[in-house]
Amino acid sequence: MRRIIPFAPALYILFLMLPIYWLLNMSFKTTNEILGGFSLWPNEFTLDNYRTIFTDPTWYMGYVNSLIYVSINTTISVAAALPAAYAFSRYRFLGDKHLFFWLLTNRMAPPAVFALPFFQLYSAVELFDTHIAVALAHALFNIPLAVWILEGFMSGVPKELDETAYVDGYSFPRFFFRIFMPTIKAGIGVAAFFCFMFSWVELLLAKTLTAVEAKPIAATMTKTASSAGYELGLLAAAGCLTIIPGAFVIYFVRNYIAKGFALGRV
Amino acid sequence: MKTENQKAWFLVLPVIALVAFNALVPLMTVVNYSVQETFGNNIFLWSGVRWFEEILASERFHAALTRQLIFTATILAIEIPLGVAIALAMPRKGPWVPVCLVLMALPLLIPWNVVGSMWNIFALPDIGLLGKGINALGIDYNYTQQPVAAWFTVILMDVWHWTSLVVLLAYAGLISIPDAYYQAARIDGARPWAVFRHIQLPKMKKVLTIAVLLRFMDSFMIYTEPSVLTGGGPGNSTTFLSIDLVKIALGQFDLGPAAAMSLIYFLITLLVSWVFYTLMTKDEAE
Repeated sequence: MRRIIPFAPALYILFLMLPIYWLLNMSFKTTNEILGGFSLWPNEFTLDNYRTIFTDPTWYMGYVNSLIYVSINTTISVAAALPAAYAFSRYRFLGDKHLFFWLLTNRMAPPAVFALPFFQLYSAVELFDTHIAVALAHALFNIPLAVWILEGFMSGVPKELDETAYVDGYSFPRFFFRIFMPTIKAGIGVAAFFCFMFSWVELLLAKTLTAVEAKPIAATMTKTASSAGYELGLLAAAGCLTIIPGAFVIYFVRNYIAKGFALGRV
Repeated sequence: MKTENQKAWFLVLPVIALVAFNALVPLMTVVNYSVQETFGNNIFLWSGVRWFEEILASERFHAALTRQLIFTATILAIEIPLGVAIALAMPRKGPWVPVCLVLMALPLLIPWNVVGSMWNIFALPDIGLLGKGINALGIDYNYTQQPVAAWFTVILMDVWHWTSLVVLLAYAGLISIPDAYYQAARIDGARPWAVFRHIQLPKMKKVLTIAVLLRFMDSFMIYTEPSVLTGGGPGNSTTFLSIDLVKIALGQFDLGPAAAMSLIYFLITLLVSWVFYTLMTKDEAE
């Protein structure tokens, strides 16, 4: 029994990789070959699908747009969440518990019907079809999460650190940027990772708030699926490429993800 | 110990401003729709609580809610124990740890519609690996026609997609346990179950609170993946609440009932999350 245990994660990873392999496999096939029959690897290996994506601006701009609004969103969410998380971890104030739960409730609104009011709101403030609009809209569900994660990390830092700094004559902003933020940089990494992740994978709001200028890659993909029949090979290649930015980010925070939470009391 | 300081409100202000901008206006718009009737052309008539009464009494809503509850309960019952078990089986140190973590996090970083379409093909009985594999075992499986197969596929997809989140959080909780705890347990001759029950589980409580709440909220609102995978079918068998909601809102363009339904939906999510939240953070308050 004992010897089987280490194989469990390996088995799990194998299970995770199977659908991804299938997507990768399809991305090197022509659409005809995909529909033509079942094969474990591409018989007529082709890079045409990837070539189309990298040469057609309607395709590759989708990735650029997604990356822009995701970066803006991650910056805004973490920047706003930092002071708030500090407040929640260090002070008691009127309505703090309710406020915290209210923030969380914003992850619970079914986006399906809230999409229309979002469209009206962002049209009214003339931000429709901009990267900022999507970044702000995604802040709705990312800020609560960032506050939650950061609050955990900050509570793991002893309060003596703050007090010593004040005794040494540090002002609050100087203490916060020079001493406190470097101390919890793992937490900032983890929070940024989760903000990136949830903003990158969301489609419904991103699609509602954009038309041409800021259209995300996920929306480009749904358009192709409906207009040009089923270009499965192309779709698979686009899908494979959506995994890459995420893989990069997770690679950079890999040590934080493991060690990071250990510092916090989350 | 935390100090009482009302000035802390200033630190929270940016967050409140950002979230309120996004939350209050759309929420009030939905409340507004939910009590009116529209015939297009921006003509609205007051209809009071009629839509709420209709939704609450409708068989269709009950059916979708039941499916939703069964789905969420099932995936929580699978993903939480499975995630914890995998986290426990993971090595604590070594060169393989970052590799495992990166590979495990991959499904989390795939856009939801891509997840839906990749499983859509992966599970097809003629050209998909999963569908072909199950049929090769001698089981008749076609998720586009059999409700049971459709449910199986949707649940398997969600387990594939989200178990890693539980693994990551549980693993983070586990490695924060100092070695001294394990040494003490060894000296006492504690069995693995006792170590798990009295050391590991209590230490993971915080991260598991996050995991359970996130998984509850997100699975309760699941829309994109099943709508791409099965479109709610075959028949209505995988029409979860949000899929039904979109059918009403966009398909039939009944703004009033759709708004009323999304408010009821929101309140149910809120209530259940509040119960989870209070139960799981109870000790902290004392």
